Amino acid sequence: MMGRLIAQNRAFAGALALFAALFVTYNLLHPRGFSSAVFVQNANEAVAIAFVAMAQTVPVLMRGLDLSVGAVMTLSACVASYLLTGSGLEISMGILAVLATGTAFGLMNGLIVVHGRLQPIIATLATGAIAIGLALILRPQPGGNVDGDLSWAMTNTVWDLADTYGIAGGGEAWWIRPFADIPMPLVLLFGVALLVWLPFKRTVTGRTVYAIGSAEGAAYVSGLPINRAKLAAFTLAGFFSACAGLYLALQTSTGNADTVQAGAYTLNSIAAVVLGGTALAGGIGGAIASIIGALILRVISFYFRILDIEPLLQPLIEGLVLLLAVSAGAWRTFAVKNRLELFR
Amino acid sequence: MKTEDKPLVIAAGFTLVILLIGTGYMLSTSGTMPLLQPTYLLQQLQIGSFLGICAAGLMLVILTGHIDLSIPATLTGAAMIATAVGGPWAIPAALAFGLAVGLVNGAGTAVLRVPSMIFTLGMDTVLRGVTVAQTGGFAPQDQATPLMLTLAKGRFLGIPLALYAWAGVSILIAFLLARTTFGRALYAIGTRERAAYLSGIRIRPVIIGAFVASSLCAALAGVLLAGYSAKAYQGMGNAYLLPAIAAVVLGGTNVLGGSGRYAGTLIGVILIVLLNSVLSIMQMPEALRQIIYGVVIIAMLLIYGRGQRETG
Repeated sequence: MMGRLIAQNRAFAGALALFAALFVTYNLLHPRGFSSAVFVQNANEAVAIAFVAMAQTVPVLMRGLDLSVGAVMTLSACVASYLLTGSGLEISMGILAVLATGTAFGLMNGLIVVHGRLQPIIATLATGAIAIGLALILRPQPGGNVDGDLSWAMTNTVWDLADTYGIAGGGEAWWIRPFADIPMPLVLLFGVALLVWLPFKRTVTGRTVYAIGSAEGAAYVSGLPINRAKLAAFTLAGFFSACAGLYLALQTSTGNADTVQAGAYTLNSIAAVVLGGTALAGGIGGAIASIIGALILRVISFYFRILDIEPLLQPLIEGLVLLLAVSAGAWRTFAVKNRLELFR
Repeated sequence: MKTEDKPLVIAAGFTLVILLIGTGYMLSTSGTMPLLQPTYLLQQLQIGSFLGICAAGLMLVILTGHIDLSIPATLTGAAMIATAVGGPWAIPAALAFGLAVGLVNGAGTAVLRVPSMIFTLGMDTVLRGVTVAQTGGFAPQDQATPLMLTLAKGRFLGIPLALYAWAGVSILIAFLLARTTFGRALYAIGTRERAAYLSGIRIRPVIIGAFVASSLCAALAGVLLAGYSAKAYQGMGNAYLLPAIAAVVLGGTNVLGGSGRYAGTLIGVILIVLLNSVLSIMQMPEALRQIIYGVVIIAMLLIYGRGQRETG
């Protein structure tokens, strides 16, 4: 049973093992060992890129690519920097509005790709520029106002959330004790993954996304809802990007239309997707795997702090690790008996 | 009109529309028409030649169905090497660097079969890391050599030398694409790699050749740009990747490979350069610029016609 599970998800298992090894070693090497405070901080730094990686996964699964995820994240964060303040009701509506912004942008991407029949890579390159433009209009200078309580509660542990809002006896109730030390960012991340991604994957639309990535022609002649799946994939990418933007706004309490940062998030999202074991050729992988990929990327950068690696060398090492990781699967290329199998 | 020519005609038409809008704007605000003066146009094209050279090389890679995201770091790295080496060996050293980057990119993509999107992205990060580690994150103090300054800023018969370089690269690439087996192999691989392989095309050398061409062009653009700004600096190549992709695609090249003409890429570059210059004449804020940029790309591609639906 276990053996079959691993054999069927070899890339995912490999990514998970790599992450576990990296993370355990990191904590062993850490001068103060494993501590809740460091764990919370680590989780905080990993959430935005993990959400963006999830966003990138869905179009990649159907052999597309969404080059606007970083830009949509930035736009959502800029919207959030205006709306996450005021009464509880206002904040709730604000959160919904932020998520709706990203989702609508994703839907627009989908409509352009499906009905305009443009290549996703070039269509989202263009809409990404539009998203950055809108973000710059909203926030020519970095700034914003985010509810302090919400920001604190969402970027710390479950106990802090209960304590801040006085639920579950201020965090002292017996049933919340076992979860008290779990960082809220991880709860949000895996909550969205379990409540949105896993159910979606099991629908006909979700299966069609995978089918399109494996063989679009075959999916079409099988009568699968191709257009609906493509629309859903880009819409979902927009939604996950909005989650990243929302979290970024909560974490930094500001909105910042940072073009460079948006580009970096988009490119890192592709790297995270590949590290997680999702094939860029489509059809294989999943959003959970990409979360692991994003975590691997982040853990590597944690090492720089504790190992006293010169900051100037960090981009070089990051790049080398990425190149090595993606080239690691290349031994298969030399093992194929019929070279024709390499080509599409 | 052949379907391949349609994007060319539309892009050329749109370029004229941009010129007219810009001229109309200038006439109504200041009563002058700088856009239609040869000196101004030549100056814009001189600035555009760096983009044009990058796009020319990138087009070969896109024709095979791959992409080269390492252009920014290659351009910056070549510029830094040229200024650091100095003397008569400045330009050969920079081009040798471009050659090396292209070989690694090609080997990773064609031999290891890593998707080019991710391999060249990794290369870009590594090269950027090397330049940052080498220079400490600052602009190096070295100056461009006199030859580089002349190439980038000098004029011959009233026309900037950079334009001659662009024209030279253009003629070479157009010749490669239309008249050599290498060029036809690029199209064949981009159309269907498997069929190309079965037809006896040696896939690996051709793909490596495409990546070498792209990196060499990026390195040449880096040398010229370093000459134009008299020195090399961090991130000088960042503004060249996305416009280069946009120029190639607006020129009618299929971003998945297999079809496209060099004349289209040329028009695509001119379109983007003029669009940029008109927007800056109008003093358009960065935000609106980005939006116009995005809308123009989408609108143009929609006018070119929608892609084929996959049905079998």
